[in-house]
Parts: sequence; structure tokens; C-alpha cells
Amino acid sequence: MKDTPQTMPRQSWTFSNETNSEIRRAAQTGIYDIRGGGAKRRVPHFDDLLFLGASMSRYPLEGYREKCETGVTLGTRFAKKPIELKIPITIAGMSFGSLSGPAKEALGRGATLAGTSTTTGDGGMTEEERGHSEKLVYQYLPSRYGMNPDDLRRADAIEVVVGQGAKPGGGGMLLGQKITERVAGMRDLPQGIDQRSACRHPDWTGPDDLEIKILELREITNWEKPIYIKVGGARPYYDVALSVKAGADVIVLDGMQGGTAATQDVFIEHVGQPTLACIRPAVKALQDLGMHRKVQLVVSGGIRTGADVAKALALGADAVSIGTAALVALGDNDPKWEAEYQKLGSTTGAYDDWHEGRDPAGITTQDPELMARLDPIEAGRRLRNYLNVLTLECQTLARACGKSHVHNLEPEDLCALTMEAAAMAQVPLAGTDWYPGKPGF
Amino acid sequence: MTATATAATTDLQTLDMAEIELREVNAALQGAPATNYTQFEIRNPRGSHAVAVGLDAEIEVTVKGSTGYYCAGMNKLATVHVEGSVGPGAAENMMSGTVIVEGDASQYAGATGHGGLLVIKGNASSRCGISMKGIDIVVHGNIGHMSAFMAQKGNLVVLGDAGDALGDSLYEARLFVRGSVRSLGADCIEKEMRPEHLEILRDLLDKAGADAKPEEFKRYGSARKLYNFNIDHADEY
Repeated sequence: MKDTPQTMPRQSWTFSNETNSEIRRAAQTGIYDIRGGGAKRRVPHFDDLLFLGASMSRYPLEGYREKCETGVTLGTRFAKKPIELKIPITIAGMSFGSLSGPAKEALGRGATLAGTSTTTGDGGMTEEERGHSEKLVYQYLPSRYGMNPDDLRRADAIEVVVGQGAKPGGGGMLLGQKITERVAGMRDLPQGIDQRSACRHPDWTGPDDLEIKILELREITNWEKPIYIKVGGARPYYDVALSVKAGADVIVLDGMQGGTAATQDVFIEHVGQPTLACIRPAVKALQDLGMHRKVQLVVSGGIRTGADVAKALALGADAVSIGTAALVALGDNDPKWEAEYQKLGSTTGAYDDWHEGRDPAGITTQDPELMARLDPIEAGRRLRNYLNVLTLECQTLARACGKSHVHNLEPEDLCALTMEAAAMAQVPLAGTDWYPGKPGF
Repeated sequence: MTATATAATTDLQTLDMAEIELREVNAALQGAPATNYTQFEIRNPRGSHAVAVGLDAEIEVTVKGSTGYYCAGMNKLATVHVEGSVGPGAAENMMSGTVIVEGDASQYAGATGHGGLLVIKGNASSRCGISMKGIDIVVHGNIGHMSAFMAQKGNLVVLGDAGDALGDSLYEARLFVRGSVRSLGADCIEKEMRPEHLEILRDLLDKAGADAKPEEFKRYGSARKLYNFNIDHADEY
């Protein structure tokens, strides 16, 4: 009997092995998947943009000789004491509780060495963080865990968190294994319970109320502190316009690649817009109100390189903020812990069960033995180095475009590699003078 | 025109909001520790927002009239007496001290408060004591729906009735209601009134100047079934 030719076994694109593994997990447990981090799906991003560089019509600056400034001032609209940063890159809000005390200390150390700010998170301000952060932004969150007027006054700025890119419209959950005695004490909760963070603020409901809330915060802090409003990448034009109306000095806009300590995977992957799609509508809202550069725009969500920084600034941001990248710089998902990631059913680069508190790198944990693995001084240096590299890369690209300040980068310095990126960034598709939606076409 | 001291005394300062701005009023109150003033009277508040916020000294403030949002917000140590009604968020996030409201309170009274005593002699609207974290609240009248939502610590005492969904998703706060409760929220149940609770209640009623007997109240608290997520309780959410 002759062998009949067989086709190769064919895997389904729709029902991939990864998809099927999630179906099996759901069938076994009866509960959705919770994880940390931001969207992992491929979305149009800064990689889909290129700088054009100087040529006949543009005059470049000498890379190692001519100055390219990087300083940024945040909070110039109303605050008596705006924040002066040496670099246009800040550290995003991440909570003590989600992160260990040494990790928060390392973020403060690294940010301070690099001349920038770091940010608290849900759970309040720790002494480690305040003590090691020259400039500290205090998040004002729906849960108000650990919120008190003394910390409000000793902050350098206040960030009212309306939403975040990983979960616009969602609250949070810190599982019981991370609610140690110290974390529980700071949050006024019983130890070991699953702690829910509310999705809405308890004492205001919309921009009209928020305007009054901001008045209260300013009155309590003698109108000294810049007030930021952080929004997730949902409806950036209107969210930014309403934030201006509510009285923000600074708006932080977080796209869907922005991370979270823990939420449902379905939320992270299916709610919100990519960072790239958010910036131009946000800038347009500021321009329409005559507030571009008067209310500063900080963009976050998937910033990894100096090129990402430069592209965000070119699209109109005043600064960017990093969270996930900062954790990686500290040592998160380092290959040296591969054997332990394997034991946890993960692998280097994919480990995202931050909510379980078993982080081999000792960053997203409250386990004393694991926490001790992170040296905050060394980790702080690593973060400083990384921030310096981002800044140098951004300067390199800005000089190549002939800019003596990174804020002089502009959309005209860019082109897009894909139709989607061209449409979102509103810069021409490479080789053309057109982008989808461009007026006149 | 600036704030003026009452001629007859050296420790009472009158702040007339018909003549001075909110910033000047709050600056005078917040700056009290650096002065001899221990008593303040705010005249003509005319529904202003953020009156007497961020106080941090053992001073006595009388507000002669009604206020807007966030009256006495984030209070520490001070005693604030409002001779009128208050808008949303009165005494929000209070840390310590006492706030007394002679009239009614709008939504979110005492929201997220960590300590101190809030007394409302009239009624309180919805979400009274939302996310409270240690504050004591005594309401002489009724409270609206969703009061003590996600309440974590402290005591909420209501001499009148409570609206729908009282104590929804609450943690360890104690709720005492003398009147009827239209409905209880998720994970909130009636609990046994033990002697220690009667003692707490007696003390709070006394401090709040409330004419009621502890034995007339029922106690409500958390069933603690939602403390750790369990898929079998999904219908509760």
C-alpha cells in the first residue's frame, strides 16, 4: 500500500496554543486571568515612526559640541512653585504595596541622581521614597489609602489620578498575600485581605466637581504645588480639554501600553487606546484652548528608548513618564532569575504575576527574603544610567534634526512607516506627503 | 480690608468673607499657630467652597452661615462649628478634631476620614462616610443611599433612618442605626450588639450631644465574605 501524502499539522490562527491555554485555564479555575504590566498585543507605536533628519532644508547641530537643552518646567499655570526637571523623563506612579520599600527607594535614588521626579502610588507616601526623592509627586487616588494633609504638604506636586492606560475606567486589586502588616497599616485595612482600589473618587464625580476639589487641594497647600491630572488613553481630546477646564497645571496621559500592578488581562488588552493614538488629539485640545506649553503634557505608556522620548516630544508632549522600563532598569525580568521564573511557570521577559508577591527579582513583592535581593543603591544607579542613556539618545536625535532644545522637535521632523501610524500620529507616510485624514485629500 | 481682631478680646479673630477672599481666610486659619489667636469667626461664607480646609492646630472656628463643597476638609486638631448647612464632602479626609454642622450635609460627608468626630445635627445625603478610615460620624437625622460604602474603620451613628445599600462592600467600620434601614449593601449584615458596642455608642452619643439611648440602636457590619475574592460569590458583586 502506498503512503498517502499528508499535509503538515496546521495550527489555527484563531485558536492558537496560547489562546487554547487560556481557555483551559479559565475552564479549570472559573475566574479571569489577573496579571501586571500593560498591553502585550502589538499595536501601532513609536517604532512605526522615523525621524527625517537634517538635509538641504534643515541645519543639524554638531553632536558632541553644540548644546541641546533638555530641561523642562512642570506646573507653570497656577502653582507658586513649579517643578524644574533636568530631563523630560519622569518616573510614573507605582504604589508601595505593589512594589517593595527598597524598590521605591531605588526609584527615588535613580530619579534624583538623574535630576527628575518620581511619583508615589496607591497606598501612600513612604519615608524611603520621600527621603530619597528630591522631587516627589504625590498621587491623589480614589482609594485615598494613606492620604493625609501632612504628606500632601511635603510633596513637590500632586497628581489627581482619574485613570490609567492599562485600565481606563477600572479600579485595582492588591491580593491578600501582599497585604503585610505594614501595607495594611498604611491603608487602614485588615491584614491579608484582598484590597480593592476604587475606580471612582469618593467625593467628586465630574470635571465641575473636580475643579472645586482642586481648589481645596490648592487651599490646603497654599497654592504652591503643581496639580497634575492623570488620565488613561480613552478620549484624549475631551479628557484633556476637561482637565484644563478643571484647573490642571499638568496633564499626564497614559496609553494602553502603560502598566498596572494587577488587573484583569481582558481589561489590559481590550480597553483604551495605544499611546501613539492619544498624543495628537491631546495636543490639539491644548492648542484649541490656547494652552499648549502653558498646561504641560506628560505622555506615558510604552516609553523604552530615547527615540520613543524624542518622538513623543516631537508630537507635542512636554515630557514623558516611564514605569515598566524603570522596573526593568532596576532588575525586573532579569535573565539571571530564569530558573526561578521557570518554577513559577513563566520565563524571562514574560513574568507578569506581580500581584502574587513572589517576584524573584525582589521588586514587586513584600516577602522579606525576596525584597532583600534588591540593593536600592545599586538599583538606583542602574536607573540613573538608564535615564541618562534615554536623554543622550533623545539629544542625539534632536541635534540631527537641528534642534537646540528637545522641545523644538516637531511633527514635521517625522514620517510614518505604516498607514495606521501615519493616521494616528498625523505625519506623512514615508515617501509621501499624505496621511489618512489629512485635510484636502 | 484684611481680617480684623475683635476689639474686646485678643484671641478672637473675625474673618468676613464679604470683605476678604477665601485665600486670606484659610491663610489666617492655617497660620494660627504663629499668632495668639485661638478662636475665629467666619462671617458671610455665602456657600463658598473649601472654607476652613487644611487646619492643623487646636483652634476653634465658628462659621456663621452655610458653606459649599469640602468645608473643613482634611481637618487636624481644630474644632469647626458650622451654623448652617454644608455642601458635598464636608470634613472629607479629616484626621482629628471635631466638626459640628447645625444644619444638613450634602453628599460624601466625612468621606475617607481617618479620625476625629463629625456631628451633623440635620440630615446627611448619599454616601455619608464613604471609604471612612477611622473617623466617627454622628448624624442626628437621616442618611441617604450608599452610605458607608467601602467603609474601612470608625463608627457611623445614625439617629434617624438609612437609605438603600447601607454599608455596601464595607470592611471593619461599625454602623449604628436607630431607625429603619431601607436595604443593606453587599456583604453588610446586622450584628449582635455587645456591651463594648453599647459603650462606644454611649460615648459617641454623649460627645455629639444626641438625645438617644444606645439600646435603641441596631449594629451593622461586614459579613467578611468578600474579603478574599471567591468566584462562588460573584453574584454578590
